[in-house]
Amino acid sequence: MKQLNRLPNAGRTNPDQNINFTFNGKAYQGVMGDTLASALLANGVDVVGRSFKYSRPRGIVGHGAEEPNGIIQLGSGAATVPNLKVTQVELYEGLEASSVNGWPTINFDLMGIMGWFGRLMPPGFYYKTFMYPQKLWMTYEHFIRKAAGLGKTPVEADPDVYDKLNQHCDVLVVGAGPAGLVAAREAAEAGARVIIADEQSEFGGSLLASTQILNGVSASQWVADMVEQLKRYNNVQQLPRSTVFGYYDHNFLTILEKRTDHLGLSAGKGQRVRQRLHRVRAKQVVLATGAFERPLVFAHNDIPGVMQASSVSTYVNRYGVAPGSKLILATTNDNAYQTAIDWHTAGRDVVAVVDSRQSPNGELVEQVRALGIQIAVGHGVIEAKGGKRVRAAMVAPLNESGSAITGEVKRLPCDLIATSGGWSAAIHLSSHTGAKPVWDESIVSFRPGDSKQQECSVGACNGTFGLRDGLIEGATAGAKAAQLAGFGLGAVQFSPVELVELTQEPQQALFLVPHSRPPSRAPSQFVDLQLDVSAGGIELAVREGFESVEHVKRYTALGFGTDQGKLGNINGMAILANALNQSISETGTTIFRPSYTPTTFGAIAGRDVGELFDPERYTSAHRWHVEQGAKFEDVGQWKRPWYFPKVNETLDQAVNRECLAVRNSVGILDASTLGKIDIQGPDAAEFITRMYTNSYLKLAAGKCRYGVMLKEDGMIFDDGVCACLSENHYLMFTTTGGAAGVLAWLELWQQTEWPELQVYFTSVTDHWATATVTGPNARKVVAKVCQDIDLTPDQFGFMDWRDGTVAGVAARVFRISFTGELSFEINVPANYGRYVWEALIEAGKEFDITPYGTETMHVLRAEKGFIIVGQDTDGSMTPADMNMDWIVGKNKAFSFIGQRSLSRSDTLRDNRKQLVGLKTIDPNIVLPEGAQIVSDPKQPIPMSMQGHVTSSYYSANMGHSIALAVVKGGLNRLGDTVYCPAADGATVPAQIVSSVFYDPKGERQNV
Amino acid sequence: MLQIYCPHCQELRSEEEFSCGGEAHIARPLAPETLTDEEWGDYLFFRKNPRGIHHEMWYHVTGCRRYFNATRNTVTYEILETYKVGTQPSIVGEGV
Repeated sequence: MKQLNRLPNAGRTNPDQNINFTFNGKAYQGVMGDTLASALLANGVDVVGRSFKYSRPRGIVGHGAEEPNGIIQLGSGAATVPNLKVTQVELYEGLEASSVNGWPTINFDLMGIMGWFGRLMPPGFYYKTFMYPQKLWMTYEHFIRKAAGLGKTPVEADPDVYDKLNQHCDVLVVGAGPAGLVAAREAAEAGARVIIADEQSEFGGSLLASTQILNGVSASQWVADMVEQLKRYNNVQQLPRSTVFGYYDHNFLTILEKRTDHLGLSAGKGQRVRQRLHRVRAKQVVLATGAFERPLVFAHNDIPGVMQASSVSTYVNRYGVAPGSKLILATTNDNAYQTAIDWHTAGRDVVAVVDSRQSPNGELVEQVRALGIQIAVGHGVIEAKGGKRVRAAMVAPLNESGSAITGEVKRLPCDLIATSGGWSAAIHLSSHTGAKPVWDESIVSFRPGDSKQQECSVGACNGTFGLRDGLIEGATAGAKAAQLAGFGLGAVQFSPVELVELTQEPQQALFLVPHSRPPSRAPSQFVDLQLDVSAGGIELAVREGFESVEHVKRYTALGFGTDQGKLGNINGMAILANALNQSISETGTTIFRPSYTPTTFGAIAGRDVGELFDPERYTSAHRWHVEQGAKFEDVGQWKRPWYFPKVNETLDQAVNRECLAVRNSVGILDASTLGKIDIQGPDAAEFITRMYTNSYLKLAAGKCRYGVMLKEDGMIFDDGVCACLSENHYLMFTTTGGAAGVLAWLELWQQTEWPELQVYFTSVTDHWATATVTGPNARKVVAKVCQDIDLTPDQFGFMDWRDGTVAGVAARVFRISFTGELSFEINVPANYGRYVWEALIEAGKEFDITPYGTETMHVLRAEKGFIIVGQDTDGSMTPADMNMDWIVGKNKAFSFIGQRSLSRSDTLRDNRKQLVGLKTIDPNIVLPEGAQIVSDPKQPIPMSMQGHVTSSYYSANMGHSIALAVVKGGLNRLGDTVYCPAADGATVPAQIVSSVFYDPKGERQNV
Repeated sequence: MLQIYCPHCQELRSEEEFSCGGEAHIARPLAPETLTDEEWGDYLFFRKNPRGIHHEMWYHVTGCRRYFNATRNTVTYEILETYKVGTQPSIVGEGV
């Protein structure tokens, strides 16, 4: 297999090591050291994708993170990776890649027909066309997404493993080009802990493709020497293949390190970490992220074969690939002339250099002249000709400012147009810190704005494009950063790098090469290749009234692609500024935000997946529940038994059985998950009384009291029982989900408002296992395993608690009830939880003791009208709304939390939603929870909503369905019929009844 | 992600250990029942939202479980000082 474009000089690749790969199903060969881009170019593959909107054929333009066109899907199946740039994929044996755009194939694209209608698809086309009628948007969107598409996400679970590393360092150097390397060396020499990260496979940045001599050796050799030197410092961590993708507050930066991607998909086989996310807190940061060459914008500049000048040089020098044979170089600056020299040196034909400046005479220009290469000064390439590959350039003389064509247009045959409109500093990371970029006319680029963090930018990303100056800046910054981090005196330790740098003449600012026709009439002059934004489109946006750069960006989609406009943005803003008759500074730039390049979700998740996604909390009897075949429900992080099905039992059957068992004999519930806060201190009773709506000042040891806690706005926040264990010692129960919030709430008031109250809080939720034995036979069961507590009702009454032993284990037994039945809540140290649980099961056998779960718990409490905070309340319910006025102490000396709010005009208002029961007319219909309630189902829409259903179950004990609901003025509407429209269009009539369905006098718990 | 100096632990720790408790130095009225609805509403619902210097409570929830105050610049997110509840900030003023 011949690689047409492979040069004899292999650059940094190893031509002896062939690598086989396929692209869009076709087999090719590359060599070790290639990127997918260089290998495709070596094989003469011109078209690598289709454009997003018009589906025009597109070729490789760049050589790094800026590449807008070569977007591919790697592999297939579970490990497939979408949206990679061909320029950033290292070639490995067996690599399979396909274009993300183009259907059925990139060379014959059905959607290409869109291109013919380009003028019918102006910016905002989707908004204008597809937004109306709105109902059809879903249909259109589906079509557009299929047509546009940007790769496929894998549907299987990710087979790879990822991890995260939290790191601290003194100096983080971002970018290992010349400036970054010397910065790292200076900081390391001063003794600072240094991390130096670079996104490329090897350090060196621009020097990897440079012909420059440094310290008397080649650029590659100099880089190799530097890397060696850095290795000798044990305080330096080198991170190649590592992209610093985000710069966050307080010098926190995130680095994505790709550890096995270059070896192939799933090369780690689920064992080795594929990618690692470094979360770095750096004392000082040196940004040395380089610059992007700015393409020239001219008609049909998107035809494959139009490339960045620096990219052409990179392919020639670094990869030994010449992406064509006959080059035309279009430039506005001296710097790009190097590409003509490189092309010429590679033995290929330079047709002409087309320079927009009228009389360039810099040293590089003279070198090119001396090679006998034709230079068309004061000219521009105004249009590319060709279909799937450039065939010619249309070249015309330009006026001095480059704004108009002044003479005859000539056609120059060629197959490659390299363009350079100067360089744009890569200010992305600096922008992440909130620094506002500043336009600098003298370098025709933005520079980083005033630093908002402990960082500085050096070299090209600071607008310092010269190598010598960049090296000086880097070294100085490295020493200074170390000093600021507490190392060294800030002076540069190493002697300056020796090099000969050619003097350059000023460049010309040229953001749009004129055409014989205006942008609106000329063939498309593409600004953003990935999203097909043209100069004409930007001007149209201005004509339609858009003025802000942020609005134009969103309207035209400029910079919205996966390349984030790394090539197109500056040209686009300049074209916008021109259309608005403003300067570029006045127009400003859009804000760069993380991520710098797309980041794998897997790396962000790290090990926090599957079982480790969130901690799971188990009660001490958990294994018993599992062994009994319990179904579980997540309550916060807790796994609680939901119900205990017998063989072939459905949820409903199991719950009905469990409910009947509790009311007719005895049931047992694992209530260990309830929050428990141990409260001690001489002011404990006073403090607790301020937190609850009722008083605890007179609660004697051995007694319990149910309380409701409000937020200061008067709304119910949590509820539970609080027991007085002894003088100055209380145990507060909270809801399972509210435990942490209640603890924080108590701490808040004690620490910030009443520090004079001596009271201390300790969470003891996990210290105790709780088994609730409930039902008419509960006393008989407990009596079998508890001999040292007098269980008789007159000695151990409802809302009492006693110390004792249960099954030989020290226990606290509470007579509190959430079922309305005779109940004993038995608390033992958690380590004895399962033992005591099994002892109770054994003791209960003769009464057919029935374990039940949260579902039955819910039904039983709803039969009693007991609320669940967070289900029957939603943060807008007062105790009065819940028909629980009895819980609010009317004569408390201290204005407890929320008390004042209970007399606000809004909380006193009539017609608030109030808790009532609902009984469906058809006893078998169970209303859906959340169902809306109306008074008149025939009322025209919009109907007046009366409230909603908060809890709804079938009650086997009642023999009909029951529901709790909040209804406007509901307590005065008992007996009324209301209606619940169901999702299927039916309307369910129900009668408003008391919220207490079962044992309204509460006699059963009090025996 | 912020880095916050806990004045109780006397260490600079990551934001992940903390939760923000909103505006600091709001004293609960001593006699709420004597306030009009409007006055009580001001206490309950109205908070400063300055561009610049802001005093706010933080809770070292996975650390020492203690509340403290911080003076933070809401524009730059710079935390200028942290100080214990019951003490006054050394940096005052609003806006930047």
